[in-house]
Amino acid sequence: MAQTKTITPATKIDADLARRLLSQMLLSRRFEEKAAEMYALGKIGGFLHLYIGQEAVGVGATSVLRADDYAISAYREHGHCLAKGSDPRRVMAELFGRRDGLSKGKGGSMHLFDKSKNFLGGHAIVGAHLPIAAGAAFAIKYQGGDQVVLCYFGDGAVPQGEFHESLNLAALWKLPVIYICENNRYAMGTAIHRALAQTEIWRYAETYGIAGEAVDGMDVLAVREVVARAVERARREQAPSLLEARTYRFRGHSMRDPSAAVYRTKEEVGREKERDPIKLFRERCLKGGVLTEAEIRTLEKEVNDLVDEAVAFADASPEPPLEWLTAEVYKE
Amino acid sequence: MAKLNMVKALNLALHQEMERDPDVLVIGEDVGVDGGVFRVTEDLHRKFGGRRVIDSPLAEAAIIGTSVGMALYGLKPVCEIQFSGFAFQCFHQIENHAARYRTRSQGRFHCQMVIRMPYGGGVRALEHHTESEEQFYAHIPGLKMVIPSGPRTARGLLVGAIRDPDPVIFFEAKGLYHAAREEVPDEIETLPLGRAQVVQEGKDLTLIAYGAMLRVAREAAQVLQDEDGVEIEVIDLLTISPLDRETVVTSVQKTGRAVIVHEAPKSFGPGAEIAATIMEAAFLSLEAPIRRVAAYDVSFAGFAREKANVPDVARVVAACRETLAF
Ligand SMILES: Cc1ncc(C[n+]2csc(CCOP(=O)(O)OP(=O)(O)O)c2C)c(N)n1
Ligand SMILES: [Mg+2]
Repeated sequence: MAQTKTITPATKIDADLARRLLSQMLLSRRFEEKAAEMYALGKIGGFLHLYIGQEAVGVGATSVLRADDYAISAYREHGHCLAKGSDPRRVMAELFGRRDGLSKGKGGSMHLFDKSKNFLGGHAIVGAHLPIAAGAAFAIKYQGGDQVVLCYFGDGAVPQGEFHESLNLAALWKLPVIYICENNRYAMGTAIHRALAQTEIWRYAETYGIAGEAVDGMDVLAVREVVARAVERARREQAPSLLEARTYRFRGHSMRDPSAAVYRTKEEVGREKERDPIKLFRERCLKGGVLTEAEIRTLEKEVNDLVDEAVAFADASPEPPLEWLTAEVYKE
Repeated sequence: MAKLNMVKALNLALHQEMERDPDVLVIGEDVGVDGGVFRVTEDLHRKFGGRRVIDSPLAEAAIIGTSVGMALYGLKPVCEIQFSGFAFQCFHQIENHAARYRTRSQGRFHCQMVIRMPYGGGVRALEHHTESEEQFYAHIPGLKMVIPSGPRTARGLLVGAIRDPDPVIFFEAKGLYHAAREEVPDEIETLPLGRAQVVQEGKDLTLIAYGAMLRVAREAAQVLQDEDGVEIEVIDLLTISPLDRETVVTSVQKTGRAVIVHEAPKSFGPGAEIAATIMEAAFLSLEAPIRRVAAYDVSFAGFAREKANVPDVARVVAACRETLAF
């Protein structure tokens, strides 16, 4: 079984790729910073779980997928959905609970679905979407396709039975699915060592006889490389993988939870923020002469404009009409 | 006597019962060090330690399954499921095991355990975090299904539930956690399970509600008194199952009219059972068909439309007026 602790790719970075990766990470970051403001203003109801700090995982992983590959996620999924190519305006409208949102304003932040982008949705029940990912992979195989399913989940899903049921089944049936655990070391207020007997999550792959790799989730290029290998295995050999991206959420569990609550210290959060994936990649691009300061500023400006547009669009979109309350329960 | 909100009242019940009985323990996700998502288990960990206040991994089936095992061998676990929407992950342990051991073992084993869960709407939450699923549990023989309507009933019923020799599903309306404060006596007060309370007497119509809907029912009764001059009798069910048939039937025999209010979807909900009970026992006293004011038959509404789904005062008043005019 292939396994890597941390890899630092020696390959020279292509400028177009660098622009794409940086711009997508920036988009995810700005989008959520804005969403946090909108939440504070009461424009966003329900919950809001920010992905800030983890952007390198979603962006790096999606960057090696084809457009017709599938992605499925848990509830911290704004970044995954945006990386898959969903329209930021429709994502923001969904957070606002408006009719032009991706789920017609009835899903909210945790239930983004985008059929046109093969984004199979956010799921709020921890662990429950892992077998669903396996089922989607089964359908691909059954229909003779060569797409893959990328399934994101948190370390919190690992103690759930469905994690183990899914890995076993994906291995047994040889399904083209990539399970990528975003290990940010906490499930709400529970630190990973208080929840898992085996905290090296990639090692669960050994039990099921599939490929398992751990990767520095703050390094977008490293994530890219590891996921690319897993995609190849899935596409060519229909072999599933379990990847563990080691990352950290900079904000609280949700907007209702302060960023450094009782379960972790300010110092720890501060230390992790120094490994901000965007900062790291930006410095690397500058140092390697891949991008200039001016180019990066342009990217930032473009992203800021996109996010402003998204907010304006969401604000202008009406609430879902009252009749929609009872719609879409059965085929009408 | 102190004025407490429902969170503090529940917390008080847990502190006092843990002090009284060393076999009572608390288990759930983030109930210990963190004090619980809604802070109901605050300070228990500090006071009673990790041996009795157990932070479990994120694994609902394991929380309930291990609690069943603990209960079979003499402990009295009080489990917390963070939101009632996650209880389907452990529903099989509740239905197949907690509820059945007494019958299965012909009384040689039983599960003295409580499963607490926040339920219901009113906090602009999303799917899985706003639903009312009491009907699923009320339908299961061997379980008791309890829903307090405020701080004082919450405290008394939680104590009653912990001492009850059978498994109790204990629903806490999220919308009530911080809604109001009530005088809660310092000394332990216990409310018996299976007893409804007539919280307001009247002669013209019986309005039956529970949980967060009790406040809606009482406000509706006030509107009807002020605007129509009618006297509504309001019943706070408190225990959904086993249903206090006697209190309900006695009231309807007096008033001749009944309206039932709940947050769960209408079809096959608790209202149907209550209405059938009234039909069976008080048919000849009825002056009008029994009405139900409930959520629509949808699995969730989305925060933007939640208000339109959950019964409000206007809908209850309208249903009562139709019933009175029949
Ligand atoms: C089955 C289930 N149980 C409990 C919860 C409540 N809950 C929501 S998120 C969460 C922690 C999940 O942690 P993790 O999977 O590591 O994801 P992260 O928040 O770190 O992204 C918990 C306990 C839930 N949504 N579903
Ligand atoms: Mg986590």
